[in-house]
Amino acid sequence: MENFRLILLIFLVLCALFVSFSKNLLVSVVIFMSYSLIMSIIWVLLESPDLAITEAAVGAGVTSVLFFITLKRIGAIGKEHPDEQDETTKEINSRPAVKQFGKFYKGAAVTLGAAIIFALLLMVSNLPAFGDADNPYNNEVSERYLEKSIEETGAVNAVTGMILDYRAFDTFGESCVLFIAAACVLILLRDDKTDTTAKAIQDEKFEPVSDTILQTSAKILFPAILMFGIYILVNGHLSPGGGFSGGAIMGAGLILHVNAFGYKKTQRFFNEKTYKRVTVCALSFYCIAKSYSFFTGANHLESHIPLGNAGDIISSGLILPLNICVGLVVACTMYAFYTLFKKGGM
Amino acid sequence: MDFIRNFPFFSIIICMFSGIITSVLSGKKARNLCIGAVSIVTILSACVLFYTMQTNVSFIYMMGHFPAPWGNEIRAGILEGVLATVFSLILLLSLVSAYHRTEEDIEATKLNLFYLLIDLLLSSLLAIIYTNDLFTAYVFVEINTIAACGLIMIRQKGRTFGAALRYMVMSLIGSGLFLIGLSLLYTLTGHLLMSPAKEAMAKIIATDSYHMPVLIVLVLMSIGLAIKSGLYPFHSWMPDAYSYSTASASAVLSGLVSKAYIILLIKIIYRVVGIDFIVTSKMMNVLFVFGLVGMIMGSLNAILEKDIRRMIAYSSVAQIGYIYMGIGLGVEQGYVAAVYHILHHAATKALLFISVVGLSNVSGGSKLFPDLRGAGYRHRSAGVAFAVGSFSMVGLPTLSGFISKYLFATAAMSASPKKVFLTLVVLAVSTILNAIYFIHTVVTIYTPAEEEKPEFERHHWREKPWVAFSLLLFIALNFALGVFSQPIVDLITRGLQMFG
Amino acid sequence: MGSNLLVNYESVTAVILFGIGFTNLLLQKNLIKKIIGLNIMDTAVYLLLATQGYIEGRMAPIIVNGNTDPSLYINPVPSGLVLTGIVVSVSVSALMLALTIRLYKRYHTLNLDEILRHIQKEGH
Repeated sequence: MENFRLILLIFLVLCALFVSFSKNLLVSVVIFMSYSLIMSIIWVLLESPDLAITEAAVGAGVTSVLFFITLKRIGAIGKEHPDEQDETTKEINSRPAVKQFGKFYKGAAVTLGAAIIFALLLMVSNLPAFGDADNPYNNEVSERYLEKSIEETGAVNAVTGMILDYRAFDTFGESCVLFIAAACVLILLRDDKTDTTAKAIQDEKFEPVSDTILQTSAKILFPAILMFGIYILVNGHLSPGGGFSGGAIMGAGLILHVNAFGYKKTQRFFNEKTYKRVTVCALSFYCIAKSYSFFTGANHLESHIPLGNAGDIISSGLILPLNICVGLVVACTMYAFYTLFKKGGM
Repeated sequence: MDFIRNFPFFSIIICMFSGIITSVLSGKKARNLCIGAVSIVTILSACVLFYTMQTNVSFIYMMGHFPAPWGNEIRAGILEGVLATVFSLILLLSLVSAYHRTEEDIEATKLNLFYLLIDLLLSSLLAIIYTNDLFTAYVFVEINTIAACGLIMIRQKGRTFGAALRYMVMSLIGSGLFLIGLSLLYTLTGHLLMSPAKEAMAKIIATDSYHMPVLIVLVLMSIGLAIKSGLYPFHSWMPDAYSYSTASASAVLSGLVSKAYIILLIKIIYRVVGIDFIVTSKMMNVLFVFGLVGMIMGSLNAILEKDIRRMIAYSSVAQIGYIYMGIGLGVEQGYVAAVYHILHHAATKALLFISVVGLSNVSGGSKLFPDLRGAGYRHRSAGVAFAVGSFSMVGLPTLSGFISKYLFATAAMSASPKKVFLTLVVLAVSTILNAIYFIHTVVTIYTPAEEEKPEFERHHWREKPWVAFSLLLFIALNFALGVFSQPIVDLITRGLQMFG
Repeated sequence: MGSNLLVNYESVTAVILFGIGFTNLLLQKNLIKKIIGLNIMDTAVYLLLATQGYIEGRMAPIIVNGNTDPSLYINPVPSGLVLTGIVVSVSVSALMLALTIRLYKRYHTLNLDEILRHIQKEGH
């Protein structure tokens, strides 16, 4: 196993180097995607299945889709050298002063990078040994998360118990990061044309080509992906996964649907209004539920939320509803990112 | 437990909740909700301040049912109360005093998103001020960064997009360094909450087993936060970001956003590493040098600027330098001076940005000095406000700027002799440079224009009484910080002692 | 140098990846590659964190058969932190990519220098 891990790590570094030196953007993105996949395998080997699922769904899945759609939007797919400079830049870059500054900047940046690597290596060489149980961070904190997770939160998966109950404030902040990023993407990319006919023509342009192979396979895959997403979502407190990974998978299912059947069909059950309603309701519920539990906790009041029978689907108090909320927000946001990137609207 | 102890939590959650609701409201409703929420938060923060002043101890508030080191918690003391109150008050005033500009600058369909960003920005500022947990701080630092980026680019122009891009790249480098520092800190101590982390840290330092790693972690975290707050030479995004975004946004960005990172750095220094280690390790000398360079270079760039808002933006670069110089002195008075300077700069810079908008409005929208001649007569309230702000920046007695310079000078006296000399010389030079460009600007706006141009208009305060009123409050805040400096400095000193 | 450099080879890889990502973020002129560099830098930090949580010969932190003995499972804290981190970095990437699209639509280039020069030329 150790050798396998070593090989994967070497692959990681190679991928990172190839990405940096590749001239073709599409190739870079594809290699980056495989980088993410290797990372998720390494996490399986490091016994962190939660991370593996999330990295595969979010890192390798949704992030890569966003990269591809960006490349498509700016027409960089198929071009051999998309980062070719225009005439003025070439002219400016050939000036001796600029050339010298460019060299200096490159040198400085590489030196800085090397210095950081060196400092960190120095640090790592002084760190406690890898995989040792006596390291300082294996202390009473992690012990209690493992020992009392079932008793105090009802979650069989200690990671879920930790992020949604012990350290729930962080996780609420994290949902807000996603929410605010979606708001910023809306600011940047939403087209607010009032002219409806122009908009209709525009929409027509973005309708995907009807493709029988894609549609037939999507007919089978779409329900399967959705079901799988929901399974990961509602089992978050029992098995690896949870709101974020499940939501990302459901979002990917929606993206597949839109690609196969077009916006018109998808808009029948999912449009901007649904997006807004679902995210606002889910986040408000999250906010209120967590406020209640923070307030009762800090004032030493009983929270009166039954934890249920550990191991059942309906158990562990607020964790299941919170996971569903997070999942809905993530699914909607991922889909919203996709459509906003693709055509500037929903 | 007293009910007031819930207030820090309430103020954070009110902002977040109103931010979430705002996304489905129309622009006008969003504005009212946002102003309402910020006013409530200001009152709550003031209550927290008075409560902690009376009890004279800080208190811990558990976020959930689990105590430290298992659950998240927030903590409030005098310093947190002061910062929260002043920050939310300044945010409120900047929103109210320029909301007519906001509505002109931003598309009507996206107006509610502006208030959404403001709500979440305030919640992240408060969370960074109150938090007792390093990872919570990281998450909210990211919210703060994204919200600030949104505020820069919501006025959709080429310049603002470029500024937002540069800002994001710089911030992300900073975040990366901060995050790796944070994870290494966790490896060393095994804790993410500040109080248990400090105990573990004290043990490590006492046994001297990880001297080098502790130093590297500290360097990574402080450089990361310094890059994020725009310390010279990482300031390239500042001029464009501050001068082309809408007025309220630039007031908030320069006054509050970059300060949040500095507050977090001070918190880490006091609450995680311990001030004694910092003083003995001398690692803050790096920040000291960059701070000094920033003080001079920022002012020089400001003198060369022909655009009034860019000039004020460059002056912000210099002021960030002041704060880092105070932190870099490595003595406790230096931190008091730095915190006081944060308050002074937040109040004064917001005032300057808001009043400049009034001045350029009556000069046909131009921001160039020749066009601004006589603007002080055309828009009297903005003229007076700008003059007061400038005098405060230069450091005229009875205004807050004077006190902060005095505090820096006295703090330097207890530092090492080399630092005394350097600090005093640079302080003097930078004050002269400040005086050159600010006095020049005040003289310009009070020199009568050679000819009445058709685009010039006169503004009477009765047209928009709320603008005049909030400018008046800003001026009052400046005088209050200057006149009641002794009690405020006492509060800061007591607050910092509570940190330890 | 301390003694654990080779023992901690996972962390060493993470550090090297961090350096590569960091240098890419600084040096690349192409925006898309800058964003990829950012992602590499972030995942490197997550790899470093996840490595810290691992304990040789133990299981993932999912309680089996109600056996809550902590010496059976690895440390769950780093996993939780990395989960939060992954979502933060996907949000930031989406925002950066959206900015890239917007700037490309306006200036028809992905080169940061060219974009900044166009902006300068545009004036106010």
